[in-house]
Amino acid sequence: MKRKFLSILGFAFVCRMQAFSQTSSDSSLFKTKPVSLYTPVELDTANKTSYNPHRLRIDEIDFVSSYYSQTGDHSPVTGGIGTQQVTDFSNGINLNMVWLNDANNKNTLTAGLGYDHHSSASAAYVALNGGAKTGGTRLYPSLDWTIENSKTGGTFGIGASYSGEFNYKSKELDLHWSKKTDDKNGEFGLKLQGYFDRVTMILPSEFVPATPVSQPGTTVITTASGNTEVLSSGGQVISNSKNSLPTSERNTFTAAFSYTQQINSRLQVMFLGDLVEQNGYLGLPFHRVYFNTGKDTIEKLPSSRFKLPVGMRLNYFLGDNIILRAYYRYYMDSWGIRSNTAGLEMPVKITPFFSISPFYRYYDQTAARYFAPYEVHSPTDEYYTSNYEYSDFQSSFYGIGFRLAPPNGVFGWQNLHDLEIRYGHYAQTTDLVSDVVSISLGFK
Amino acid sequence: MLDNLHKMIKQTGKILAGLILIASATSCVHLKEYQKSRLNDSEMALTNRKVEKNELNFQSYEEAASGANAGKTGGGCGCN
Repeated sequence: MKRKFLSILGFAFVCRMQAFSQTSSDSSLFKTKPVSLYTPVELDTANKTSYNPHRLRIDEIDFVSSYYSQTGDHSPVTGGIGTQQVTDFSNGINLNMVWLNDANNKNTLTAGLGYDHHSSASAAYVALNGGAKTGGTRLYPSLDWTIENSKTGGTFGIGASYSGEFNYKSKELDLHWSKKTDDKNGEFGLKLQGYFDRVTMILPSEFVPATPVSQPGTTVITTASGNTEVLSSGGQVISNSKNSLPTSERNTFTAAFSYTQQINSRLQVMFLGDLVEQNGYLGLPFHRVYFNTGKDTIEKLPSSRFKLPVGMRLNYFLGDNIILRAYYRYYMDSWGIRSNTAGLEMPVKITPFFSISPFYRYYDQTAARYFAPYEVHSPTDEYYTSNYEYSDFQSSFYGIGFRLAPPNGVFGWQNLHDLEIRYGHYAQTTDLVSDVVSISLGFK
Repeated sequence: MLDNLHKMIKQTGKILAGLILIASATSCVHLKEYQKSRLNDSEMALTNRKVEKNELNFQSYEEAASGANAGKTGGGCGCN
């Protein structure tokens, strides 16, 4: 009897469970929560748009900061002699936003903002008495939009940027395009850029035209940056006026070509070639040149320059932990400069997420045909400069970088996915020496 | 001026021919996506590192050569 009773009870329970399983979810049976130690994760079914690849979202934020310090004894402000001491603190942020359009093409919008503050000892000597301002700031925002077609492997984008500092303003526009080969192992790239710059004509103080004295007994002081002060015979400021300085234009047009090829599972190469044409005022108005007569003037350079750099990158995965990153560039231009640049960086993966990268870069160049040192140019020369940027020299740049990119975030901070620190020491045979330390943070 | 340009184009042609020779001498293998795990490593990217950005700026101010490195070829003064 007891066995029959338990059988009927069990059958009734199974039937009830069966009926329960076929009840619709809006049944009143679901309105009372079952008693359980397990708490189910409640899905946000009301907000079905919580993940929508078509909606604009922030993909990555990059922050790069650098401190640069330089010394040397060939400043062009003082005609190829004098201090080249410079310090610069640079900071830049890039915000990458992505979304898919109706055709499921990936769109990327990158907004960037950079801010530099520099101090240049030679800038003081724009005024002959060494009293000009030595500090300056530069602000440079940028915007780029790129659309990528995943079916064809092609991308197209447009960009614009601006760079503004006291004596130099630059506007840039670009168009870029790339296309993968049919087997997706190669990619062609083309970037067309135009820079439209304005150089403020700040002359060395001895070349600033003197302002005529309107009242007897007064003194007029005109600074290189255009400020005019009228002082009384007692030295008191009677009036102070700011005159806008004239500007000259400088345009740069670039067509940059690239081709990338994956050779095998460990080796890939990239060929690069640019065609660059510059025109306008290509010198700087406060760079002095001292002739062999002892008289000084302002550097004079041709109003056009054609540059032709070609280069190659080669990256090879050696074994399981070492990568070789090699770079070579040959450069020539219409001012007679020929240059070689060769670089090798060797990231060593200590763990899959931490690498140490020593690097070395060699650079050499021949002199431009318009360069001569202090008091060597003749007044009969057509063009002249004593800027050691255009001299014959070699340079070495070496240092080390560290990269940390653990899957659970740097120092356990999930949003900080990537941290890089890099130090480099640079030395030219002109005795210019500099050090630069940089940090890069990538947030997702 | 034209002679210089002509010489430059001839020299560039020789360099490009050399680079193409190197590329063609290295036999390319058709790679499947699953064979690209090493090539897709972030350290293998054929670009400048983000942390190098300001270094490239300083070099372009102190050296006459620029370009062919995905860096800038104009803009900004670098006056010192």
